[in-house]
Amino acid sequence: MKNKLIFSAMLLALVSVTTPSCFNDLDLEPAYGLNSIAVYENPDNYIHVLAKIYAGLAISGNQGPAGNPDILGIDEGFSQYVRVLWNLQEISTDAVKCAWNDPGIPELNKMQWSSTNSFVNAMYYRIYFQIPLCNEFLREAADDKMDERGFSEADKSLIRSYRSEVRFLRALSYYHAMDLFGNVPFVTEENALGADAPKRIVRADLFDYIESELKAIESEIPSANEYGRATKGAVQTLLARIYLNAEVYTGTNRYSDCATYCAKVINEGGYSLEPVYDHLFMADNHQSNEIIFPVTFDGMFTQTFGGTTFLTHSTIGGDPMSAIDSSYFGVQFGWGGNRSTPQYAANFPDVDDARNMFFLDGQTLEFTEDAQLGQFVVGWPIAKWRNITSTGAVGSDATGNYVDTDFPMFRLADVYLMYAECAARGAGDVGLGLGYVNALRERAYGDAANNVGSITPESVLEERARELQLEGYRRTDLIRFGLFTGGDYIWAFKGGSFAGASVPEYLNLFPIPSSDVVANPNLIQNPGY
Amino acid sequence: MKNVYLLVRNAIVLVCMAMPAFVWGQAATLSGIITDPLGQTLPGVTVLLDGTGQGTISDIDGSYTLAFDNAGTYTVSYTYIGYMKTTTTITLTSGQNMKKDLQLQEDALLLETAVVVGYGTVKSKDLTGSITNVGVKDFQTGAVTTPEQLIVGKVSGVQITSNSGMPGAGSRIRIRGGTSLNASNDPLIVIDGVPIDNNGISGSGNALSLINPDDIENITILKDASAAAIYGSRAANGVIIVTTKKGFADKKLHINFSTTNSFATVTKMVDVLTADELRDVINTQGSATQQALLGDENTDWQSELYRLGIVTDNDITFSGGLKNLPYRLNLEYMQEQGVLDRSQLNRMGASLSLNPTYLNGKLKTEGNGKIFHTDNAFADQGSIGTAITFDPTQPVYDAASIYGGYYEWQNAGGLINLAPKNPLGLLNQRDDESNVNRFIGNLKFDLELFKDFHGIINGGIDMSRSNGTIVVPEEAANSYINGGVNNQYEQSKNNKLLETYFNYRKDLNKIKSRIDFTAGYSYQNWFREEPAFASLNFAGDTITPAGIPTETENTLISFYGRVNYNLNQKYLLTATLREDGSSRFSPDNRWGLFPSLAVAWLVSDEKFMSKSKMYLKFRAGYGVTGQQDIFNDYPYIANYDSSTSTAQYQFGDVFYYLLRPDGYDPNIKWEETTSYNIGIDFGFAGDKISGSLDFYKKITDDLLATIPIPAGTNFTNQILTNVGSMENTGVEANINVIAINKKDMGLEFGINGTINKNEITNLTKIEDPNSPGILVGGIDGGVGNTIQIQSVGYASNTFYTYEQVYDESGNPIEGEYVDQNNDSIINADDLIFGENPTPDFYAGFYASFRYKKWTAGFSLRGEFGNHIYNNIASTRGVYQNVPASGYMQNLTSDYLESNFQTYQILSDYYIESASFVRMDNISVGYDFGSVFKGNAGLSVSAICQNVFVISPYSGVDPEIAGGLNNTAPGIDKSFYPRPRIFSISANLKL
Repeated sequence: MKNKLIFSAMLLALVSVTTPSCFNDLDLEPAYGLNSIAVYENPDNYIHVLAKIYAGLAISGNQGPAGNPDILGIDEGFSQYVRVLWNLQEISTDAVKCAWNDPGIPELNKMQWSSTNSFVNAMYYRIYFQIPLCNEFLREAADDKMDERGFSEADKSLIRSYRSEVRFLRALSYYHAMDLFGNVPFVTEENALGADAPKRIVRADLFDYIESELKAIESEIPSANEYGRATKGAVQTLLARIYLNAEVYTGTNRYSDCATYCAKVINEGGYSLEPVYDHLFMADNHQSNEIIFPVTFDGMFTQTFGGTTFLTHSTIGGDPMSAIDSSYFGVQFGWGGNRSTPQYAANFPDVDDARNMFFLDGQTLEFTEDAQLGQFVVGWPIAKWRNITSTGAVGSDATGNYVDTDFPMFRLADVYLMYAECAARGAGDVGLGLGYVNALRERAYGDAANNVGSITPESVLEERARELQLEGYRRTDLIRFGLFTGGDYIWAFKGGSFAGASVPEYLNLFPIPSSDVVANPNLIQNPGY
Repeated sequence: MKNVYLLVRNAIVLVCMAMPAFVWGQAATLSGIITDPLGQTLPGVTVLLDGTGQGTISDIDGSYTLAFDNAGTYTVSYTYIGYMKTTTTITLTSGQNMKKDLQLQEDALLLETAVVVGYGTVKSKDLTGSITNVGVKDFQTGAVTTPEQLIVGKVSGVQITSNSGMPGAGSRIRIRGGTSLNASNDPLIVIDGVPIDNNGISGSGNALSLINPDDIENITILKDASAAAIYGSRAANGVIIVTTKKGFADKKLHINFSTTNSFATVTKMVDVLTADELRDVINTQGSATQQALLGDENTDWQSELYRLGIVTDNDITFSGGLKNLPYRLNLEYMQEQGVLDRSQLNRMGASLSLNPTYLNGKLKTEGNGKIFHTDNAFADQGSIGTAITFDPTQPVYDAASIYGGYYEWQNAGGLINLAPKNPLGLLNQRDDESNVNRFIGNLKFDLELFKDFHGIINGGIDMSRSNGTIVVPEEAANSYINGGVNNQYEQSKNNKLLETYFNYRKDLNKIKSRIDFTAGYSYQNWFREEPAFASLNFAGDTITPAGIPTETENTLISFYGRVNYNLNQKYLLTATLREDGSSRFSPDNRWGLFPSLAVAWLVSDEKFMSKSKMYLKFRAGYGVTGQQDIFNDYPYIANYDSSTSTAQYQFGDVFYYLLRPDGYDPNIKWEETTSYNIGIDFGFAGDKISGSLDFYKKITDDLLATIPIPAGTNFTNQILTNVGSMENTGVEANINVIAINKKDMGLEFGINGTINKNEITNLTKIEDPNSPGILVGGIDGGVGNTIQIQSVGYASNTFYTYEQVYDESGNPIEGEYVDQNNDSIINADDLIFGENPTPDFYAGFYASFRYKKWTAGFSLRGEFGNHIYNNIASTRGVYQNVPASGYMQNLTSDYLESNFQTYQILSDYYIESASFVRMDNISVGYDFGSVFKGNAGLSVSAICQNVFVISPYSGVDPEIAGGLNNTAPGIDKSFYPRPRIFSISANLKL
């Protein structure tokens, strides 16, 4: 009996001691990583969040090259920002046909995408990965938040300077949304996370928002910064780019504003042409003074299956090209994907042009049957992107997988050609514009012998095809000239078959992914889809 | 390895020597012979002295002797599964040797058997829920190395699919269909009152694979929510309660030795072109480059990989009592050499159970400890896939090869990176080994505080420590580019449990009622830690720096209660309530309430039925259960994730690591599954025919699914959130027939069947005909291809494909699909919903026969209406898979059927019926009875497992369990084949 009492007492004691103390055990937090409060209490963490926003353009997740993706629903390597942007801008056009049969790629080649196309979705969700990240940063970097946290004046001033960069990056992603999707969800730092479904903004209103944002930060953002970060030149170039296609976005042309901003970049930005064209696309292109805004990559520390790693590997294929010593491309093996069409190749009449980078050995140019879409050896690959430095050294990754070369999102040659086009359209100084075109041609040919005597908007478009090939501009350019859809310009596989066909105008905009139409009642699908 | 063996051997010797040293003073004895109604002697009957825990079991000839220290009056009970418990009271005088022979009465329906339910036991007859109890007698026999295989095909509503033929691979268990899309669909497993961690242990096939099946006394399955709801937020997929064998205080030492020795062979391999067939194809349609690559050999790569597997499983068990300390000690040594060369599992286990009783039976204690050590050698399973299509015209070895002497594809620049590597090189040039130590133990005190009122404390622990290494030498072609591999990993898990509960049972004879009331509190904590290791090459250079270590835990606190009410022995009611609080969810969503209610009516005990001699019970139940196993311990917390060193961004000359907010749902909570069950249990013709029939419906709300969220509202595009609903509706039935039951002959058989229909009923906020659903089911071939979809109105993981167009003679036309929306474009809008991988109907059939000392039995199992995507044919039976240059690959024979030149990966041509009938087991046994002058009993048996499979499926095996965490069921990629196993088993009782 005594034992029983002792036992009962123990039992009761155990229950009464364990029960309340255990309730605290329900408040558990991850041992590694930080929660949102802890991150922003330390001013030193802001630059790492800023780095993530920049890196959102470069890598696909928080583990290089893959393994912890930012967005889901597509293969991680496919989901990288530059890669999906490039696919939408180039594979949909005459410039590139991709031989792979992975989901979504044949439809991009043939302009037969639907609202469930995985690349269309990946681009959309990449954009809307960047924007909430920017919004969160801007909320947490607001003056009142920093005051609450008792940051020093020096810290506050530093973090304020990050804010204009973040606003630039948000405007850049909204620019891509406006150009590719038109009428899209609109969220700013005013919209709390996880709150109601975002409102829809129409294309013209989004144009106004981007313009106002860029103008607001133009005076704040420094003219010069560390390599890799946005500067005044980048802001002004982006303004020039939205003005260039303003008629497409708003119905009103803004070529003179475009010319104005191009002139600012050219005259005040301090940029200069890289003397050798090839060097702009090589592993040490970070040294170039021509690049206005790069997306940086590194074979050791910024690894991805997208970006320039994709651009370099994907254009290498076929026996003769694969047999080239790896010290030429600086990568171990090709992926046999991207090559061009005869229609695009027609822009390159001269073999002396340094920009004529077609690889012909083992390749045939003309497509004569539909099945050749999947055969890399038909069509000409453009051997432009390489992982070799200008002095011939191989990139930093000894395994030959990941590429060091940076991607020039904006560079001076584009600004030259934008100005020239505006001038040819009567919105700038034609003499200056002609000079800019010839500056590029002189670099390409090595002398002035091939300079042109006059420019038209169409001749500038051809010059853009040569100068800016495989840099992600093609679709936007063709749309501005009314050539992307309709029947005025036909290229292989446009509309589906190797012979090409006219396609309906609604394809000028990509569809809003059906997954977001389902999730957000405020959205309206673009017409035609 | 050797040390452990010595340790075990010494322990056995010590125990054996120690036993006879105990000499007992005896005042009186009770002895006799126990028989069944047919007059046959019954060995193994438990004879217990009530209130003391002392007792014995009857010998091989049915005889028993019970010794008493003092004269007096005693209550003695005789129990044996399948027979009525018999109790007698005897009075012994000092020095008396009383004789008492006894005939036990049959209890064919086991109505009087106490069935373990959560937090207590209930007599089978008094059960109100859908509960199945399977005891040793009905377990599958043969080389059963993991516990769940004991009940394969034996229980309606339970589908068990072994993951593969790999040693210790474990199984996927589904009870009445899965209730979830992205959370776990595994049932909760409780061993001796300790819910175990169902997630895998690194370096081990599966959580259950470490438990010795020989240790298990019975397995109870709580199928419906009225039974399972006492386990609250983890019980949505049912509960499996495993009870291990216990000792009791017999003065005699019982030793049981059993051994099973088996060999295993591969029965089927992927049908591929022979070397000559490939030469024909390439010489006919190949390019000159391809033809130049052909070799002269005739290598059957798949056969090269496999060997005769050997399994030996040896158990020795000591049981008895030291004074009033009943004990049972089991030692096991198991070695399984898989059919894939170099795969091996060694397991050594010891389990000890002590269950002494104190205070004149008022305090019952129970201690169970199981310790296991396993050594695993994992073969490179990549070799299985590579062997399918490695060029058969090439040799295995190449004397000139610098890659360890294995033939490899090379060009002028050396090894061709994209080319497949020699399958035997993959297998032999990789040492992938692990060892796992695990301890599962509990200590339970049950004190009768007042009359009929018990207080119970149960403390449990489940700990594991595992580590492994992967070593690939520098010359191995597979990792040549990095200079080999020298990697390691480690994991520790600590799971703790503390339960305190009270139980009150009272017969209220005045109102012809009995109540049984239980209420308690439970605390459980799961902790896992994995250090981060850099990935190294063979020389020790870092290839990938160490990532971020893992340390994660979660806690569950619960209160629960149950009332069983029995009126007039005919009307039964069970009500339970559980409240769970989980650290996985925010304070606002942390607590959940899970009620249940069930009633039963024993119709056959009504007066109007009293003449029928029939047994008939109606049951109806309702319950709410939850699911909180979502593979993430902190889903509601806004976490910032630090990037690895290979994911940094450069500003100027400095690389900065990245801080990324992870997408999250602050309001995430558990799924709730509401279940309804109506059932009937019956037995007639003198209980020779018995069975049950159940109808059920399970509705899961707040379904946890990873879905796209409105763009711009979170830090990623898809998050795991509570959205939508899913239903499982089904019927299950089982019938057992005792066809013959004579003295020298018996025949018994059983059949069970289950029809289950699964449908997603809601998954989005807005309906849009353009949005078909969420693509899932990643497949090989290309990048990012999926073959399944989660869509409203369809079963989970429904196949989503193009509809193949066939020509007049029935051959598929390459590249032609039905243009479903007639827009002249074949794109994602033309994909159609097809079949799904889960069976519409599955069934088991088993029979056992005895004649004199011979026994024989078999079990068959079938699944019908399930479909499979043949990913092997879709990627390897296509000419495109023979590359254009540099190297060559073989084709599967499906190429001769389809003649596809390019990948048609999303074609429904590759969706095949995977219905099958499999004979899991056939056995013959002989019982020698007593041997060694009556001092021992010996029985032997011969068993064949996986005897045959009948299926229209063209691949190797129609049963595909799918990947981890519910991913990709019904997709046939390369697969470790399930072997056919022949075993000889012997059991010696001393």
